[in-house]
Amino acid sequence: MFKLVRFLKKYKIQVILGPVFKLTEAVFELIVPLVMAQIIDVGIANGDSKYVWKMGAVLVILGVCGLCFALICQYMASKASQGFGTELRRELFHHINKLSHKELDELGTPSLITRLTSDINQLQVAVAMLIRLVVRAPFLVIGATIMSFTIDIKLSLIFVIVIPLVALVLWLVTTKTIPFYKTIQKKLDKTSLITRENLVGARAVRAFSKQEHEQRRFAENADDIEKTAVRAGKISALLSPINAVILNLAIVAIIWFGGFSVNAGELTQGEVIALVNYMNQILLALVVVANLVVIFTKSAASAARVNEVFDTKPSVTDNPENVVNTDKSAPAVEFKNVYFSYHDNGEYALEDISFAVQPGETICIIGGTGSGKSTLINLIPRFYDATSGSISVKGVDVKEYPFKLLRKMIGVVPQKAVLFSGTLRDNMKWGGENITDEDINQALKVAQADDFAEKLPDGLDSMILQGGKNLSGGQKQRLTIARAIALNPEILILDDSASALDFATDSRLRTAIKENCKDMTVFIISQRANTVKNADKIVVLSDGKIEGVGTHRELLKSCEEYCEICLSQFSSEELEKEINDDEE
Amino acid sequence: MKNKKSQSDMSSFKVLSRLLRFTKPYTFYLVFTLISSVVSACATLYAPVLIGQAVDYIIDINNVDFDKILPIIIQLIIVVLTGAAFQWFMGYCTNILTQRTVRDLRVTAFNKLEKVPLKYIDTTPHGDIISRVVTDIDTISDGLLQGFQQLFTGVVTIVGTLCFMISINVSIALVVILITPVSLFVASTIARLCSKKFKEQAQLRGKVTALAEEYIGNQKVVKAFCYEDKTEQEFENLNSELYTVGVKAQFYSALTNPSTRFVNGLVYAGVGIFGAMNAIGGGISVGQLSCFLSYANQYTKPFNEISGVITELQSAFASARRIFAMIDSEDEVSDAGNKVLTDVKGNVRLDDVSFSYLPDRPLIQHLSLDVKQGQQIAIVGPTGCGKTTIINLLMRFYDTVEGSISVDGNNIKDVTRDSLRLNYGMVLQETWIFKGTVKENIAYGKPDATDEEIINAAKAAHCHSFIKRLKNGYDTVISDNSGISQGQKQLLCIARVMLTMPPMLILDEATSSIDTRTELKIQKAFAAMTKGKTSFIVAHRLSTIKGADSILVMDKGKIVEIGNHEELLAKGGFYAELYNSQFKKT
Repeated sequence: MFKLVRFLKKYKIQVILGPVFKLTEAVFELIVPLVMAQIIDVGIANGDSKYVWKMGAVLVILGVCGLCFALICQYMASKASQGFGTELRRELFHHINKLSHKELDELGTPSLITRLTSDINQLQVAVAMLIRLVVRAPFLVIGATIMSFTIDIKLSLIFVIVIPLVALVLWLVTTKTIPFYKTIQKKLDKTSLITRENLVGARAVRAFSKQEHEQRRFAENADDIEKTAVRAGKISALLSPINAVILNLAIVAIIWFGGFSVNAGELTQGEVIALVNYMNQILLALVVVANLVVIFTKSAASAARVNEVFDTKPSVTDNPENVVNTDKSAPAVEFKNVYFSYHDNGEYALEDISFAVQPGETICIIGGTGSGKSTLINLIPRFYDATSGSISVKGVDVKEYPFKLLRKMIGVVPQKAVLFSGTLRDNMKWGGENITDEDINQALKVAQADDFAEKLPDGLDSMILQGGKNLSGGQKQRLTIARAIALNPEILILDDSASALDFATDSRLRTAIKENCKDMTVFIISQRANTVKNADKIVVLSDGKIEGVGTHRELLKSCEEYCEICLSQFSSEELEKEINDDEE
Repeated sequence: MKNKKSQSDMSSFKVLSRLLRFTKPYTFYLVFTLISSVVSACATLYAPVLIGQAVDYIIDINNVDFDKILPIIIQLIIVVLTGAAFQWFMGYCTNILTQRTVRDLRVTAFNKLEKVPLKYIDTTPHGDIISRVVTDIDTISDGLLQGFQQLFTGVVTIVGTLCFMISINVSIALVVILITPVSLFVASTIARLCSKKFKEQAQLRGKVTALAEEYIGNQKVVKAFCYEDKTEQEFENLNSELYTVGVKAQFYSALTNPSTRFVNGLVYAGVGIFGAMNAIGGGISVGQLSCFLSYANQYTKPFNEISGVITELQSAFASARRIFAMIDSEDEVSDAGNKVLTDVKGNVRLDDVSFSYLPDRPLIQHLSLDVKQGQQIAIVGPTGCGKTTIINLLMRFYDTVEGSISVDGNNIKDVTRDSLRLNYGMVLQETWIFKGTVKENIAYGKPDATDEEIINAAKAAHCHSFIKRLKNGYDTVISDNSGISQGQKQLLCIARVMLTMPPMLILDEATSSIDTRTELKIQKAFAAMTKGKTSFIVAHRLSTIKGADSILVMDKGKIVEIGNHEELLAKGGFYAELYNSQFKKT
């Protein structure tokens, strides 16, 4: 939890002054019983009503000053705690942005979101409490003890015994409950996970009529949260009663032993009352402490979760300052003996991949489901780092490039067509602010998206819903392609991103890319032999290994795997005809 | 929309009474909370009386009556112990009460998600919904816990102290009563100030979650475009807005405590002065005065707490409004009492169907279609022509605007949705994998399936070999973004349907991410499976649908051609053009 203190740096003044004002107010609060003792011992004993009024006025003034100081403190607490939350949220979001795919896969989106929202809210509350109350309560306790010393040293021993006892109870309850709150936060992650799955998979859930099953699944988790919370609450609820018993017994002791002292003439009646009052004050302060303890145990759990994210270091690291000297004559992309494994268990998703692509070439990657096609292209923009071997772009190892430089050179169209809420124009401008409407229209045209984009009610200003839900699968794919083309990248990667397009559109798309983006090196992952066959180079992947590299014609002759793929799509006559055509 | 608006304007009283309705099943605990809070409050109140009495016997040197003090002290100990026991019991009960209520609320909110029309899910940002189910409900939980714990004891303490004070001295009690309204007034003014800010705060939090959901969920795209800075900037905009609103909301709510404490101070001073005057006049004893003073403290303390709770409740109410707005959104049209569709043969008829997502943009117009039992219907056409929409209508994810769809002569609006949907096996292009083992994912539609059945289905869908290679085989836990590829996910979704074997089939680009050799094999499995079953297939690889009984060629929401492969090719129309484009040289 202390690791997060750095986010309060900007609010140093508030963090220091807030409690100071609170303390001043607390000092005044401590003076009040003294003034009251004076009223009783001097005013009433002497029957001096003037004195009573005078002291009464002092009480009111103390109250007014207390109010002012408290308000200042509250304002500072609000500023500091909200500021803390804001900074923390910003930093966490920033850090999440820096993580690479591997860590994101491990942490999972729903969990990251609860950490960013619910956990930080919790911490925010804790900071506010820290400033407002943490200093005040112990101060009142210690202050009351010191005051008791000034009254009677013997009786103040009672205070000295009581305080460690109370501290012990606090410590016990806290340590017992922290694990519960950690569990609860984890279960909240699951709540968010299930909710998310049900939103994304609403159609699948309904198609299988599993609504009741999902409801049960959610209810089970909610039950779990409830049970854990109740168990934690059972222990937390002990705090106040136990403390109340300790302190009231202390009051009994004060009365009893105080009685002896008064009897012996060492103490006055007013002083006994003052001691009782001080003990009461401690009791009140402890009620607050009990609340604090609950809040802090909860936030300690949250802090641990937030820190876990901060402690996750990106496995792929950036060299933002590096200057790279690219070699124009070198291959646009070159893989050299690349091995890659998702887990560190030595099971390779890619094995010994080597091939080179010249600038301006179109290269297709084809292979069975799960053969490593997407993995392979994910290595080029460094979404993951190769386990061994090297990948270079324009003669420079991708690890040398600053992320920005590398990724601006590469336009990626992912398999899952993702669009973001905002206007069409916003989505198209992802490649950079300097992209003009003209560029966008051109890109839409190349991506074969101009016809329906024009028909959208507000043209480029048409709103796109989150995830592009108001568009069909094929429309989304074409827009994601346009988005990448608008960037005018040197390398364009299409990761099976035309799968929802019909053949006519697909073929028009490829023609358009060829015509309009002559210098672009294009990677295409596709299942369609038809798409693949005109490429300059085809890489056939199988179980993470290269089965063959070459042109359509070469591969038909040399690569059995490739022939099979083609055969599965064309009739053998068609294929035969093609081979003959080529030979003519 | 109208409904939504009225929800957000729901008065605090209405929100409270609705929240309280959720506590109904736990009335038992509510009653116990009340009883124990009365007992513990009385004990807390009675203790100062005893202390005061004891102090009265400690007068001066050689004037302390220990014989009288002893029984008082014993009484005091008993009272304190009883009070503490009941205080714990109260804490225990309120905790159960709150946690269960909140659980019910959360479950109700989630269950709602399974009942709303898909349109709601398709058009509401997912992050916002998640924020409601997680964060907002948490806020309500905090509010309720505080509310139950402090409101009851607060009220009991106030009433109790007043009674005690009046019983001791009426005139001093009057001073206290007169100052009370001030503190109430202060608290309610502040609460009013807060409630608006809290509402804004909850809304902003929802927005922040929605944004985070979108960008963190799609980090890969964000990275690919080096869009990190932009997303951070957008996040920061919302974040700083949240800061401004948050500081205000928190400060306003934090006003209550010092303000009411100030009022307390005044009460204390008032009691001190009047009490002292009275004591000078001999009206009350010093012990009584001391007792009075602790009452003054006791009496105002609950005001403090109540006012604190009121602001906490405002925040909870703001969140509750968002939850209720969700709970109150319209359900799918009820199908209770509808017929259960059984023994489906698979005659599907679309009769003059028209549909549009937005009223001003017609999509499907006057579509009629008669599908006989066992026919395989392929739907082809350019993207965005309405193919997927037909499937949305067949499955009743959306209802037709005009016209009707019937299965075996039953209008699908007259049968239960579940029975309709269970008779279709559906595989979509967009895969859906939930966090669980491979086995659980495959057996989703048939949880009681044996291992053998599951493995057979996996074999039929050609995913057995890759599953075997996973770390723990069929028991490997997978989730939507874990290490398996898009194509493998699709295979799992196919296996899911292979396992349930429903009488009708819908395949919407079901094999788009699967390599063609595997696809061929799956086609065969599908063919064996669909034998004699009605099936609807949307596909782009025209080679895969050549054998369909009837191919619907759609364009712009209408059927432009219909017939089998040969007929359509011979016709030389739209379909022929589409088909030939596959072989065009680029």
